[in-house]
Amino acid sequence: MTKPCLTVENLVVTYDVGSTGFMGQRRLLHAVNDVSFEIAAGETLGLVGESGSGKSTAGLAILRLIDIASGKVRLGDTDVVAADRAGMRALRKRMQMVFQDPYSSLNPSMTIAQLLEEPLIVHANFPAAERRERVARMLESVGLHAGYAARYPHEFSGGQRQRIAIARSMMLHPELVVLDEPVSALDVSTQSQILNLLKKIQGESGTAFLLVAHDLAVVRLMSPRVAVMYLGEIVETGPSARVYDEPRHPYTAALISAVPFPDPERQRKMDRIILGGDLPSPLSPPSGCRFRTRCPFAMDVCAQQAPPRVPIEGGGYAACHLHAHGPKLGGASLNGFIHKQKMVVTE
Amino acid sequence: MADTPLLQIKDLSVQFPSPHGFLTVVDKVSFNVARNEIVCVVGESGSGKSVTMQAAVGLVQPKGGRITSGSVQFDGNELVGMGNRQLNRIRGNSIGFIFQEPMSSLNPAYTVGEQIAEVVRRHRGASRADAWKRAIESLDRVHIASAASRVHDYPHQFSGGMRQRVMIAMAIACDPKLLIADEPTTALDVTIQARILELLRELQRDTGMSVLFITHDLGVVADIARHVVVMYGAQVVEAAPVDELFKMPRHPYTAGLLEAMPQVALERGHDPIAIPGTVAQAHAWPSGCRFNPRCRYRVDGPCTTVPLQLEPLGASRVRCARADELNLADQPAMVNA
Repeated sequence: MTKPCLTVENLVVTYDVGSTGFMGQRRLLHAVNDVSFEIAAGETLGLVGESGSGKSTAGLAILRLIDIASGKVRLGDTDVVAADRAGMRALRKRMQMVFQDPYSSLNPSMTIAQLLEEPLIVHANFPAAERRERVARMLESVGLHAGYAARYPHEFSGGQRQRIAIARSMMLHPELVVLDEPVSALDVSTQSQILNLLKKIQGESGTAFLLVAHDLAVVRLMSPRVAVMYLGEIVETGPSARVYDEPRHPYTAALISAVPFPDPERQRKMDRIILGGDLPSPLSPPSGCRFRTRCPFAMDVCAQQAPPRVPIEGGGYAACHLHAHGPKLGGASLNGFIHKQKMVVTE
Repeated sequence: MADTPLLQIKDLSVQFPSPHGFLTVVDKVSFNVARNEIVCVVGESGSGKSVTMQAAVGLVQPKGGRITSGSVQFDGNELVGMGNRQLNRIRGNSIGFIFQEPMSSLNPAYTVGEQIAEVVRRHRGASRADAWKRAIESLDRVHIASAASRVHDYPHQFSGGMRQRVMIAMAIACDPKLLIADEPTTALDVTIQARILELLRELQRDTGMSVLFITHDLGVVADIARHVVVMYGAQVVEAAPVDELFKMPRHPYTAGLLEAMPQVALERGHDPIAIPGTVAQAHAWPSGCRFNPRCRYRVDGPCTTVPLQLEPLGASRVRCARADELNLADQPAMVNA
């Protein structure tokens, strides 16, 4: 791997939920727990999980939009965690974010030109004519007419606003953009327009993307590599095709089998893992493996020890005891094992 | 009686006031829901799918809407023009409802047991004790563990998925003949959605009730529907049995929705094929076919001049001037326009 654009090592993010606990102890909620990954220049890593998985918190922490409790984050050679005010200001140019809701992330009282110019004014020193030209060029490259620059956000549809938000994030040619659920507020027919646009922009700019999303198909489509999160931890990571087609972690398998495929015949025949119970409170996560309370294959060892990160051929790992205990899958795909159980219900 | 459809919506049109005058947001919509079946109405925001359902059960007038034509026959009764007192006897009783946001449909100040029992007392005239027993039974039927004690809990004490189960328990407490579910799983995580869909399938199978399920997600449609109604621009553009619809979509909009799905694109090995442009708006319907400005099969004349009718074609009904000649099944990857 060439020099990574982003390196995250043992990232921990905690929320202080006050000292209401027994004897007035401070209670810390571990929203992100010991998360590590790298993203190469120009690459997309998908961070996928359900609500409460910590995926959005991880994205925000990497940009230092919320505090990091411990761990390392480096953008290129720059230490993000240690950066002071001036250092952070310089870093902001190099990493940007696109939010889920294009209705609330654009200031309604600014024109499109003002919105797009703002980063240029704050971080660079271009003459007005140069700024205007850059705005016009950026609008065209996100598929909007340059003449729209004088309009206000409310004059645009959701999809168009998301194009504007993407344009704004790209104005300073950042090395990394964190995309937090960039299409989940949009209708299906508009979603794919934005996904194709993001691919095009990345091809032209070589910007690395961290794509945070709950939609597995969106993540697979956009990201050659994926990390699956559950209750603050990465349970499985690797090349997307392998993780999706031959999952090594029961949570990954459950997540994939839960997404209905638009083919009724296939839906009727599919092996499904239906997860019982609810997501445990992150204030008191289960001992050992955090997924064990909902895992249809949980064994005694799962409550006693944290699962090892079993390396998988082709890159990545799965954090699961099944590979060393019980069926001893030894890094093999779960598919055959699940098929034997037919439809697995843990209610 | 047994073979007449449970719900027959015919030529239903609804208007709402707007700065542009009264706008037709449901335009001559017709479809049936047979007994003992699940029908999905699918469409994007603004397609009119939710308003159709609300109009059918008399819920648009309080919001300022008006029904300008059509009839809604439910189990032998005409619902259009029926008084509120009579409608109230049907709604919550022989027609149950579940909505997207369970938290906003439950009263936070009452226990879930009180709320379910209230419905039963009101519609069935049951005694307090019987209604309470019924509440526990209902929670049990939706697989809420230790129903007898959880019946005393308040809505906030349930997780999102469990709250949706409580809503379903309330909706089925009076053994409805029809359950109307408006995007009931849209706000839920996929693993929770899978369980709610499984539960609805099971309840439908066990009770023989009909389900009218409104969604924007074709994956959910494939999972749960027997019949599908596709809406675009306030009209039904295609209606078909579920296998037919996915194997052989007849309307370019249906085919376009499928091609735009990342899952389908991945399967077929191409980038998702976006539908160009934006959804048609009620104040500016295009002339001719409402989908024509976004349709890659449009020909000037047949598609752009006269309004099109919903015509039978094989097992489907379709509103497309070129339905006879187009083959939209498994289109090969095409270059994005």
